[in-house]
Amino acid sequence: MCALCGILGGSGEWSDSASAPAVFASRAEKQTRLRERQERTRLLNAVLKYYGVSVKDWAGNTYLLTGRTGRTAMVNAVGEIWSAVDRIGGRRCDPLDKDYLGALRGRSG
Amino acid sequence: MADYSELNPINIVTGFLGSGKTTLLRQLLSSPKLADVAVLVNEFGEIGLDHHLLRGVTESVLLLENGCVCCAVRGDLQQALRELLSQRTRGAIPHFRRVVIETSGLADPAPIAYTLLSDAVLRHHFRLSGIVTTIAANNGAGQLATFAEAVKQVSMADRVVVTKGDLCDAPTLAALMSGVRRLNLAAQIVESADISDDFHGLLTDDIYDGEGKQREARRWMIEPHTTQDAHAHTTHVESFAVVCDRPLDWTSFGVWASMLLHRHGSDILRLKGLLNVAGMPTPVLVNGVQHLMHPPSHLPEWPDADHRSRLIFIVRGLQRARIERSLAIFNEIVNAPAASMA
Repeated sequence: MCALCGILGGSGEWSDSASAPAVFASRAEKQTRLRERQERTRLLNAVLKYYGVSVKDWAGNTYLLTGRTGRTAMVNAVGEIWSAVDRIGGRRCDPLDKDYLGALRGRSG
Repeated sequence: MADYSELNPINIVTGFLGSGKTTLLRQLLSSPKLADVAVLVNEFGEIGLDHHLLRGVTESVLLLENGCVCCAVRGDLQQALRELLSQRTRGAIPHFRRVVIETSGLADPAPIAYTLLSDAVLRHHFRLSGIVTTIAANNGAGQLATFAEAVKQVSMADRVVVTKGDLCDAPTLAALMSGVRRLNLAAQIVESADISDDFHGLLTDDIYDGEGKQREARRWMIEPHTTQDAHAHTTHVESFAVVCDRPLDWTSFGVWASMLLHRHGSDILRLKGLLNVAGMPTPVLVNGVQHLMHPPSHLPEWPDADHRSRLIFIVRGLQRARIERSLAIFNEIVNAPAASMA
């Protein structure tokens, strides 16, 4: 728990490998919760740039999203991010959208 | 939160009207290995169930604000399961380890899964083990051709039990089995007449069960690029396997799957995966129902020498090629230089 804000740690969401140590016990390189969040935040920024949304990790258990117009949203879990992106990005995010995938491909390649 | 595998498993037994749900359930409950089961039934039918922990519920679905049918809460089950927990804690009823929910013939299994994962109390005590769907051999094909509910019940199943095989000829039975397979690549399909003494596995095998997870994972070892197109049915449902040669980055997969299910969960009836996760020598298992993903599980070893990731999709109107491409691109991004991602 953060002593300043009193927020409990641990999202308990399915994609959080730190919440399932038994499942990921045989991983060669051990992952800490903080490191996983940092990596996830980096990925989120990469995949949401197309929608004009940036992401910051706040207090280790909240994601702060900011759109091009300055609109912001705070969410607690990855699963809650997409509705917020739809709202502040002004369009529905879709990982199967052809133009979106083209833009991502250009960036990764 | 307790280890997911230690939660009380819940099985859904569903199937269209008159497909033999209660008969199957009565047979299952006769197994000594299923003695510690509590049963919730929606309707007391003509066939009586003589069971010491039997409760009736009246299906009531509470639609949420977003109006998504699969993300609806079954208020009746919330109440019944909480009551079972309370009574067990007080010692008012015999101890039970597993709960079986027999649905009505027209029920949608998805809200049951949503209820278990979204309820603040139930999610700490119960997990969805599997969906068993019955379908009658003599009229199942007609129901699949006519009723979207029947298609969904079969598409979402982990096991499909074909009943009443003695009421039709061999070609009709074979055609139905083939039709069921087209709808659902990964389900175990059995004829009720062939159910043997070890039938308890129909309920107990799942990816969180120490003994059953290896058997369940083998059912997911679908040949690459196998596609079953069931467009002849009222609802266009397609079942296919996506196979990835390169190991998947777990964080990237989590972001991708979460985004995919947010946008397309209504059309992804099931998602099952046996994943080669980068940095791990053994496979990770994932399991989703529409908008929901259950916590991952793992196997102590690969089922065979093929260590490629396999994802099985049962979808309505989504293109396999687009899904493959999207997953591959997300998996590449993780290896992209930081400067190009900023």
